[in-house]
Amino acid sequence: MSDAVTALREPWPDLDRQREGVSVGIWLFIASEVLFFGALFLGYTVYRTLYPEAFRIAGAQTDVFYGGVNLLLLLTSSVTMTFGVDASRQERRRTTLVCLGLTMLLGTAFLIFKGFEYSADIAKGLFPGAHFPLQPPQTQLFWAFYWVMTAVHAVHLAVGVGVVGVFALILWRRLLPIESPGMLGVATYWHFVDTVWIILFPLLYLVGRS
Amino acid sequence: MTNSHGRRVHVWLRPIAVWVALVLLGLASLGSAYLPLNAFNTSLNLAIAGTMVILLWLFLMDLVGSEALVRLIAVAGLLWLSFMFALTLSDYFSRACEGPGDVPPATCVNQKTNRGAF
Amino acid sequence: MTNAAIADAAVGTEPASYLEAGHTLISWLTTTDHKRIAILYAISITLFFFIGGIAIAMVRLELMTPHGLFLTSDAYNRLFSLHGIIMVWFFLVPSIPATMGNFLLPLMIGAHDVAFPRLNLLSWYLYVFGAAFTVYALLSGGVDTGWTFYTPLSTNYATGYVIAAAAGVFVVGFSSIATGVNFIATIHMLRAPGLTWFRLPLFVWGMYTVSMVMVLATPVLAMSLLLVIAERAFGLPIFDAARGGDPVLFQHMFWFYSHPAVYIMILPAMGVVSEVIPCFARRAIFGYTFMVYALIAIAVIGFMVWGHHMFVAGQSPLANLVFSFLSFIVAVPSAIKVFNWTATLHRGQITFEAPMLYALGFVGLFTIGGLTGLFLASVPIDIHATDTYFVIAHFHFIMVGGTVSAYMAGLHFWWPKVTGRMYSEAWARFAAITTFLGFNATFMPQFVMGWDGMPRRYHYYPDVFQAWHVMSSVGALILAVAYVLPLIYFGWSLIYGRRAPANPWNATGLEWQTSSPPPKENFLRLPRVEVEPYAYSDTDQVSGANNRMPVRAQGETA
Repeated sequence: MSDAVTALREPWPDLDRQREGVSVGIWLFIASEVLFFGALFLGYTVYRTLYPEAFRIAGAQTDVFYGGVNLLLLLTSSVTMTFGVDASRQERRRTTLVCLGLTMLLGTAFLIFKGFEYSADIAKGLFPGAHFPLQPPQTQLFWAFYWVMTAVHAVHLAVGVGVVGVFALILWRRLLPIESPGMLGVATYWHFVDTVWIILFPLLYLVGRS
Repeated sequence: MTNSHGRRVHVWLRPIAVWVALVLLGLASLGSAYLPLNAFNTSLNLAIAGTMVILLWLFLMDLVGSEALVRLIAVAGLLWLSFMFALTLSDYFSRACEGPGDVPPATCVNQKTNRGAF
Repeated sequence: MTNAAIADAAVGTEPASYLEAGHTLISWLTTTDHKRIAILYAISITLFFFIGGIAIAMVRLELMTPHGLFLTSDAYNRLFSLHGIIMVWFFLVPSIPATMGNFLLPLMIGAHDVAFPRLNLLSWYLYVFGAAFTVYALLSGGVDTGWTFYTPLSTNYATGYVIAAAAGVFVVGFSSIATGVNFIATIHMLRAPGLTWFRLPLFVWGMYTVSMVMVLATPVLAMSLLLVIAERAFGLPIFDAARGGDPVLFQHMFWFYSHPAVYIMILPAMGVVSEVIPCFARRAIFGYTFMVYALIAIAVIGFMVWGHHMFVAGQSPLANLVFSFLSFIVAVPSAIKVFNWTATLHRGQITFEAPMLYALGFVGLFTIGGLTGLFLASVPIDIHATDTYFVIAHFHFIMVGGTVSAYMAGLHFWWPKVTGRMYSEAWARFAAITTFLGFNATFMPQFVMGWDGMPRRYHYYPDVFQAWHVMSSVGALILAVAYVLPLIYFGWSLIYGRRAPANPWNATGLEWQTSSPPPKENFLRLPRVEVEPYAYSDTDQVSGANNRMPVRAQGETA
């Protein structure tokens, strides 16, 4: 072990068991998040089934450039995160920290693009309310889901950026060893946030294009 | 780490390969959305998204290398999601579209004004 | 080690109990010891229980006359809403899991703590701050939507603190999820050597299955409340019919959680009863394997029945049929459990200590509650009975007659273990019997008046129902007294109670193999399990718990 401080915590009898425990714990949390976002997807599915024409009209107004670039950013961030996990397992300190940093950067870039996209949407008046520019009224349902889904995703991503940052700081300050089981927890959460965007992309950006 | 160089290349190769696959699939989804395929557009996009998620989960989240329990938990989340979808949609898809007079209830699928579900 | 030896050891030179490991408030508020966190939860939920209880006492007082006594209709609506919100989310859902589950789970499986002790502490903070925030909002003016937050009342028309209340419940939901994650990981990963899945006490299986439900159902509630907040705060149409939204969609999302929520309330209760009845009948539980499968079946099928809350809401007839059918199916495993508890009593050496009185009360009252649930699962009957007092009586028989009885059973059963003190058995039995009588006096009349047409949540009602309401309110008074009594004798026991031995009931289970109260690390030597659970002998003597021959202790070779 390269670091003097140990990753082993009470009440775990050994590090292997703890590592597996962290994996089990984080995947249980992911299962709960699947249901959390799943409820949103359910609502979207119900309304798209009821009002397909309105959804086509509304969906054509999303900016596929922003959506696509953001997809690319997150896919890449998942790969940098995977590199980070591999490096962490091999106790390669600098590589791990660099990968965590890159992941944060890509995530932050996503949020910045999202901010630009939001202001463009608002400039086009695409926030449901009295002066909504589209007809029929059910187009506002699509856009309500757009705002809620992307906002909830963005909050999760922002939390992810924060967690990755804090974890990188903890590793950098040697408060935990590089091969700490927490790395897997952070990575799994990050990949989940990417998963949600992979599904959101066709639902929000590929509707009504043809 | 013996034969570390060979092994290291192998370890770094898989995420890159998955990334390439994911990007290509994303582009395919994007491109196909502009083709006039009607109902098939959505199915194709969702199938591609599902494939991307499977690749991500299996290889980047390393479900192939995880314990059976972890894979079970991953499946459980999706399974429970399917309960929620199946039973809720069983309501919406079976609602009658004959309302009083000529007006169908607002929340029925396949109203005459729609092009049909999806 | 004999019981006497363990008891001697507990008073002698053994390490300090978990209660003595730090006396400051800070040591309690920053603890990661699951036993202390359990006590933090117990104090909090008791406080919220009495707040919710006072609210409904005011409602029951108000209902003694048909045209109101001292409340405006608006205040009345806010009071029953407060009662429901607090009782469901801040008392019943955390009750057994967060108190007894937290305290006992590591002990029962021979572990030092839960899998993620700091997450455990976080779960308490989420709970306490979320609940305090909500209660503050409810007491400041509250909501009149009922605990069910139906749209469009909650999103469009209700005045008051809908957003605050929903936000608070949202936060508390994550406490549930955290507890569930912790318990599942603990049970999978930290069992003592030799403790295979089918040697686990049924209480542990109860914790496992309830955790499954908490992890998978609660997020959907969180999203449904988030969407209500989004619609109300930002005018985003989600359930707004004017723009194509469907209020029934909210109900689908809400009940997808809220039906499993009642299984969150009952599965731990069933776990408790499965520990108490074998002990006081001195017999192994009948049909252990089927009891396990029944718990799992309830947890899984319980996710597929939520539409039975929506039979008259505008669901399609097909959906009604499917949900009705599945609701009948889910009753079967519950019935199997009732049969097995009863069979456990057969040819047992039954004694009627307070935990047993509560547990037996549970079996009877839960059965009545469950049978009336079957009435409601039938669509035509439900059309008559829905939104009447019949439904209120049904769910109170399950939640109060069931879960609260089991909570009391567990509280009495494990009080010696947790505090190291014995409570007054005479007062406890008196309170148990008073609870049973008061409960029936409160809720039996509600079945009758509900069937006769008395609607729920109504402030004014036709004169013909007054007799039933008066009966119910008088019963509620008796019940209130019965709930206050334990505060007094339990409190008294903390100061003057006889010191408890390690195993006062001569029960099986690893938690009884360590001192009362346990040391901070739970076990001086990590136990090894070699016997099946509930290894009660038929030849145990009845008189005097401390005179009993010790059952061959699990894992002990000496």
